[in-house]
Amino acid sequence: MSRIDEAFADGPAFVPYLAVGDPDYESSKAYVEALARGGADVIELGLPFSEPVAEGPTIQGAVTRALEAGMTPETYFEFVGELDVDVPLVCMTYYNLIYQFGSDAGPRPFVERAAEVGIEGIVVPDLPAEEASPLRDACDDLGLDLVFIVAPTTEGERLERIMEQVSGYVYVQARLGVTGARDDVSDKTDDALARLTEWNVPKAVGFGIKTGEHAERIVTGGADGIIVGSALVDIVAEGHREARPAEDVAADLEAKARELTEGAESGYAQRVPEPEHT
Amino acid sequence: MSTSKFGEYGGQYVPEALMPAIEELEDAYERYVLDNEDGFMDEFRRRLRDFGGRPTPLQHAEQLSERYDSEVYLKREDLVHGGAHKLNNALGQVLLAKYMGKERIVAETGAGQHGTATAMAAAHLGMPCEVYMGERDINRQRPNVFRMRLNGTEVNPVTIGRGTLKEAINETMRDWATNVEDTHYVIGSVVGPHPFPRMVRDFQSVISEEAREQIREQTGRLPDSVLACAGGGSNTMGAFHEFTQDAEVDLYAVEAGGSSLEVNEEEGVAPNSASLSTGDEGVLHGARTKLLQDTDGQIMESHSVSSGLDYAGVGPELAHLVDEDRVTPVTVDDDAALEAFHRLSQDEGIIPALETAHAFGFAHENPEKLGDVTIINVSGRGDKDLESVIEETGKRDIAAAPDMDVFTGGGL
Repeated sequence: MSRIDEAFADGPAFVPYLAVGDPDYESSKAYVEALARGGADVIELGLPFSEPVAEGPTIQGAVTRALEAGMTPETYFEFVGELDVDVPLVCMTYYNLIYQFGSDAGPRPFVERAAEVGIEGIVVPDLPAEEASPLRDACDDLGLDLVFIVAPTTEGERLERIMEQVSGYVYVQARLGVTGARDDVSDKTDDALARLTEWNVPKAVGFGIKTGEHAERIVTGGADGIIVGSALVDIVAEGHREARPAEDVAADLEAKARELTEGAESGYAQRVPEPEHT
Repeated sequence: MSTSKFGEYGGQYVPEALMPAIEELEDAYERYVLDNEDGFMDEFRRRLRDFGGRPTPLQHAEQLSERYDSEVYLKREDLVHGGAHKLNNALGQVLLAKYMGKERIVAETGAGQHGTATAMAAAHLGMPCEVYMGERDINRQRPNVFRMRLNGTEVNPVTIGRGTLKEAINETMRDWATNVEDTHYVIGSVVGPHPFPRMVRDFQSVISEEAREQIREQTGRLPDSVLACAGGGSNTMGAFHEFTQDAEVDLYAVEAGGSSLEVNEEEGVAPNSASLSTGDEGVLHGARTKLLQDTDGQIMESHSVSSGLDYAGVGPELAHLVDEDRVTPVTVDDDAALEAFHRLSQDEGIIPALETAHAFGFAHENPEKLGDVTIINVSGRGDKDLESVIEETGKRDIAAAPDMDVFTGGGL
């Protein structure tokens, strides 16, 4: 069992996302550490790519700020190595950065470097199961989990193919479209979870979760975890826009993390208990 | 299954949400395009003829032939309805979307040529259409924006990044990922995830099908060379496809050399669009291909005086043909392209698109490469570029240009 699996083993997991280096190296580090204090069970750390096709305007903004502040893959790995947090870290990035890293063509040098700095999982929004074998092999060899996204449109054979390859957790995309905080919970969430019941992999729901109430509702519906990005990046963006001190922004992030963690836990408490095995 | 790769290039690097739609498209491509199910290809060819004005002529260019001491033939794609080869693909894809039961069309556009072609095809076939276009390109190509609006298409400005084709593609992919169940994305070039590069090539290869037959009728032989400009590469693949098996025909893909072939790694800018000539292998917009990128893999901002070539990637099949030494990539810079624009206008009475002018720039700089008989693909006409040409010519001293004082408000 990987440390990521373990993070889901004991109650619902809160999985926050931030783009590393947004708006600058030092503040970003304080923000990630604040999320850990606020109750994060796993943290997704975005490595900014210039063409974030799966992201909505909020995370596009984060990526632009981080790149303008000089974030590169190597700086990212140094950042991760310096982090003072005790939760498993997942790298989220696009395939070209993984493919180009190091002198050899192919994903292995990237995965080696990621393992070296303590990253335990990878998720790649533009890498469907069909193209994933080289990365899957490198992750297997180095003991990293490879998380896949399951979309509302993923069904039948496709779903099976993905679920055979996934490890750590499956990222359940709650709605079609791009990332971004929303004011409601998608009806598609429950359908998506229902399609996945037969697989014994933790199911983390993302895309559009903004409040503790959303978290509660989604965990009540059967999710093993919630993934929240844009609602947190919004706090970073606002702090940057208003030139607030990093410690104030970090305190807000920690409070938001706590709200989401508590929401998830409250949802878990309301679930019908599974029958005890005798 | 049709194969998704050209050697190592191609593939399907897209968000999972799009994969089911791409599988559906792959199935539709095989049934309707490859197998002509329900007479799809017959209807496509009929509409290309009646609505699009095909076949286009292959014209002997007398002045150029004399100038370069080679028999120069022009494949007149500028005479396709709308003024460019783009309709060949747009009409094919909008019709396919209809056969697939889709209810809405989205497209990206750089120069606006693909956007206007898609807008025309969508109006012609009664489909609602939205086009994403970089803000900078909107300013460079105002007449094309108005043409799209006239055809009832919504034009959505893309403000992120430098506001050119790359950002417009990102934004169209986001729209598609949101509305994938009822929407078809009419991609404008031989780029993107499989089956787009293959399918767009098949729709565009009508150019070389006609040209190959026409040149044999007119000269009794195959040409020694075929020249086409290359951005994403749809007119290029269209002009080359039927000649790729003819080993004696040299194929030149003329890329935009922009202002320089040197890259500024610090700024993330490549002041050209020469991904075949100078790019490295990587993954962008759904495919593995040759890209303008920095050593980390971040995509560079490209540049060309012509919006339609201004793109950091290129079709995966072209990348493969270059590696196989079947296609020779060459570059022509902004200055030479502008000069070629004026020269063709004066010599032959044809005002070419700035994209197209690059192909003529290469002929002018390398007449010895043309052989005895050459075909140059006139991918589009230049009416859309007149504003930029006035501005760009005013900044330069171009021998072939008319006196510009009256247009630029006095000597510059």
